[in-house]
Amino acid sequence: MFDTNELVINMGPQHPSTHGVLRVILRLDGERVIGSDVVIGYLHRGVEKLCEHRDWAQIVLITDRMDYVAAASNNLGYVETVEKLMSIEVPRRARYIRTILAELQRIASHCLWLGTHAMDIGAMTVFLYAFRERELVLDLFEEYCGARLTYNAMRVGGLPLDIPPGWDRKVRDFCDILGPKVDEYEQLLTHNRIWLERTRGVGVIPGEDAVAIGLSGPPLRGSGIPRDVRKDEPYAAYAEFDFDIPIGAAGDTYDRYLVRIEEFRQSVRIIRQALDGLPEGPILGKVPRLIKPPAGETYHAIEAPKGELGYFIASDGKSNTPYRFRVRPPSFCNLQALSRLIKGHLVADVVALIGSLDIVLGEVDR
Amino acid sequence: MSEPPNPPEGAGGRPAGEGKSEPLAGQAPRAGAQPPASVPAAAKPPVAGKSAEQAKIAALPAGPPDPPPPADTPLPGFISALQTALAGAVTHVSLWVGDWSIVVPASRLLDVAAHLRDTPGALFDFCSDVTATDWPPRADRFDVIYCLYSTRLRHRVRVKVRVADGVALPSVTGIWPSANWLEREVFDLFGIPFEGHPDLRRILMPEEWQGHPQRKDYPLEGPGELLLESPADWLKVKAAREIE
Repeated sequence: MFDTNELVINMGPQHPSTHGVLRVILRLDGERVIGSDVVIGYLHRGVEKLCEHRDWAQIVLITDRMDYVAAASNNLGYVETVEKLMSIEVPRRARYIRTILAELQRIASHCLWLGTHAMDIGAMTVFLYAFRERELVLDLFEEYCGARLTYNAMRVGGLPLDIPPGWDRKVRDFCDILGPKVDEYEQLLTHNRIWLERTRGVGVIPGEDAVAIGLSGPPLRGSGIPRDVRKDEPYAAYAEFDFDIPIGAAGDTYDRYLVRIEEFRQSVRIIRQALDGLPEGPILGKVPRLIKPPAGETYHAIEAPKGELGYFIASDGKSNTPYRFRVRPPSFCNLQALSRLIKGHLVADVVALIGSLDIVLGEVDR
Repeated sequence: MSEPPNPPEGAGGRPAGEGKSEPLAGQAPRAGAQPPASVPAAAKPPVAGKSAEQAKIAALPAGPPDPPPPADTPLPGFISALQTALAGAVTHVSLWVGDWSIVVPASRLLDVAAHLRDTPGALFDFCSDVTATDWPPRADRFDVIYCLYSTRLRHRVRVKVRVADGVALPSVTGIWPSANWLEREVFDLFGIPFEGHPDLRRILMPEEWQGHPQRKDYPLEGPGELLLESPADWLKVKAAREIE
């Protein structure tokens, strides 16, 4: 016998397409989602509390563990916030290298997003392709700092290490490799009939609503809002480079895909310019041996691969630890939109929409 | 808000020796959880740790410095417009390392928020972040901080509201829907209730959790899950750690 009862199903926290330990409680009418509740917190480690008990230099490596597929971006956001509190001038060479690292990180993060997102929808090949290129970025990071995932790659005031000899050559080679590979991804997906059916018109959010609900990064730009912290409030060395901010029009999963694909190319463009203009000079500014910012508080945001990554840090000026350490994680704020996006769609689209928001639960839960 | 803001057991409240056991300070007894029959003798008298902890809390600063802007720096247009439009709504203006922030009384928060979002020249349509800071020695011990940004005019401001423990703030979810989860997080980690919030539940901590971890009087190393599951084992672990 058929009836029209609603069905409540539980997706996650152990589910391969929730990209970690996300749990979504779905209320279904047939295959259609009519309501949902997103449950998070399974990976909560108390990063903010922990950082309030560690001294300023030790925190850099805790930030690695938040968005663990974009550790360098997390490092960059934190060290820049402390530099802002202490009014430290960072040498130009350090700012250039930071920009290169942050953009390489964006490429690695987008490769991971593309591979897993496409695999959720059923395109297995892209996963293998994208991870092949991500591997090259990880090799570059390994050569720079010895680590492949949690880099601890920055210091307050500059960088711990200068680039190894010949590294810039390798980054250039990688840029040459990546360009044609991105075209290859596009050949697999952009005009693929199945891909279009699965992504076009799925999870549409108009620009005004996207701003109101707090989306940032590629999901916001996919809705046609040209907002990018790198352009609007330039940090590191972004003010000195020429690059474009891709935006979408429809605000659906397909546009969010196109925006990220174009960001690959823009990142390559920024890296090339940074390598061409890489200045000589010191890599660490004038930093006191004991980092102790004066009393005060500040909020500083950067454009992480997933959106606006903000740090709100308060110092009491006396102790060696931050008085208040707060992270505004882009994944957390973007995930908030999920309930709204999946309403009215099929269960199979839920995985597509989780993928299109590009969340990392290490950052959502902290 | 239904549950009392109970801080869990601090570093101090360790059990007395001689085979007797105190109830865990501040921890609501769970049905079926038997107090441990015997616990190892504590290394130090129980009172000393507690008062040391309290003295540490009392020595914390009583608020951020919030320096006012230098006399020769003009206020941004949206702050002066706000002061004219809503007299008395801005009690303090501060400029520090290039960030403008204003302090607003809790009763005027919604007026200020609506004004900042809708007035031409302000247009703060993007609520980046809602967070809080705990200053225990102050009477209104919490600062709730709203980090606002305008996607059209590309400027930022921080709005700060001071609130005492247990007092509810009006929710700004009606003005910025993005504040929904952010306010839930502040409620979860600081125990500040928000009136008019559509769905005020804990978000990061388990629903049955006692206490609010981001408060300054909440210890870094708490009892954790072991206490929920087996208080007797936890006391043994804790006592062994203290003897070391």
